[in-house]
Amino acid sequence: MATYSTNEFKSGLKIILDNDPCAIVENEFVKPGKGQAFNRVRIRNLKTGRVVDKTFKSGESVEAADVMETDMQYLYSDGEFWHFMVPDTFEQYAADEKAVGDSAKWLKEEDICTVTLWNNAPLLVAPPNFVELKITQTDPGLKGDTAQGGVKPAELETGASVRVPLFVEEGEVIKVDTRSGEYVSRVKD
Amino acid sequence: MSATTWRPSARIEVLRQRAQLAARTRAFFAQRGVLEVSTPVLSRYPIPTPNIQSFATRGPKRFLRTSPELAHKRLLAAGSGDVYELGPVFRQGEQGGRHNSEFTLLEWYRVGFDEHQLMHEVNDYLCAIIDNFDRAAQVLTYHEAFEAATGVDVWAADNHRLEACLAQVTTLPDAALGRDDLLDLIFSLVVAPTFEPDRVTLVHDYPASQAVLAALSSSDARVARRFEAFVGPLELGNGFYELRDADEQRRRFDNDNAIRAKLDQPACEADDAFLAALASGLPECAGVAIGFDRVVMLATGTTDIAATLAFDFDRA
Repeated sequence: MATYSTNEFKSGLKIILDNDPCAIVENEFVKPGKGQAFNRVRIRNLKTGRVVDKTFKSGESVEAADVMETDMQYLYSDGEFWHFMVPDTFEQYAADEKAVGDSAKWLKEEDICTVTLWNNAPLLVAPPNFVELKITQTDPGLKGDTAQGGVKPAELETGASVRVPLFVEEGEVIKVDTRSGEYVSRVKD
Repeated sequence: MSATTWRPSARIEVLRQRAQLAARTRAFFAQRGVLEVSTPVLSRYPIPTPNIQSFATRGPKRFLRTSPELAHKRLLAAGSGDVYELGPVFRQGEQGGRHNSEFTLLEWYRVGFDEHQLMHEVNDYLCAIIDNFDRAAQVLTYHEAFEAATGVDVWAADNHRLEACLAQVTTLPDAALGRDDLLDLIFSLVVAPTFEPDRVTLVHDYPASQAVLAALSSSDARVARRFEAFVGPLELGNGFYELRDADEQRRRFDNDNAIRAKLDQPACEADDAFLAALASGLPECAGVAIGFDRVVMLATGTTDIAATLAFDFDRA
């Protein structure tokens, strides 16, 4: 079993806490001049996304989590699993609904996603920060309204719904920031 | 290793400010007639204070000092009068945003001072050397500081009460913590963050269990004549009305070693030269150690100690 000592703690390090894989978000060395040394750590549970504050005695060891982030190409969904491939090795992985979660609505075939593997199985799927998707349904815009003004809902080819400016039309491809879910721009071919 | 690690960790401008602060420090003590001394960095004996680990050399076994305090007290016993030293000390495993394993300590002793006089001199010193820093210090007993921040009466609270107080801000280690560990953690995580950021807070009357090398109070058995200086949550230094009783000192060293054994920390042979100096007579005095790098942090407005050092521990 691989372990890390607290003096190896740094943000990004993956450890097991209460049997769950976690990532260290922030590590602070706390030691009064004459007292015991501690590491106060903010840890994100990679399964639940919850961030907790935890204090370790300096010198304690914790179990390392076999967690790796790998860029993979999204291939297709068979309804139950989402299939990904490592471009260099052609190795394929199937992610279940728990791993894909809300990312599903941004996944477009051939896009490169970040897949977090825990013990070599997909734990989390993160879509690219920006995706280019076609609008499959939106109300017709007002003629001449090309600059400012209101927004309207638009449905995208992957099933996501975003708010777009009134001048954007059905069938157009737009760029969206998946972190905020917001429209960025039109994509001109 | 990235290609840029040959570069200093501090900006050159900060090193200029650091040099100026050191020059002002020397001027401050020259004006007050305190003698600058240089004592050995490589010592025959480590100091047994638990939780402070020294680096040892190979070959002729010596220890990089974790503090110059024992050498200073030998000078005082020999009649030096007031002394100060601005120099490097080394503590294994102390590494973080506010810690660097090698750091610069400003240590000074005042003959005939008690801890209260010295506390106020610490504030005088900081106000004298840092620009635009001149407020009167906030002075609190340990008990007052603790109660104001947590509502907990430190003399009355049992360990469960202390654990409950900590549970509000963090999840504690799985292994049970001793009382002083709990007190230290509450002080670091809950109490110190309440201190005002642009003013010195002086906390005195520490629990007797945390006396280290301080004399105990003759009027209150719960209390040691120890103080600490903070600005905001940043611990700047630690001072004592010094213990002068050689027998009591030897007992504390033995007790320190017993605690070290429990913590799996190496035992430290007692420094006989220091104990002999105490036995021959240490004048009544108070002493304090200030982390000089932290003073530079404060004066230059950084929260990262590396930004005050030419080369931090990783670039040394």
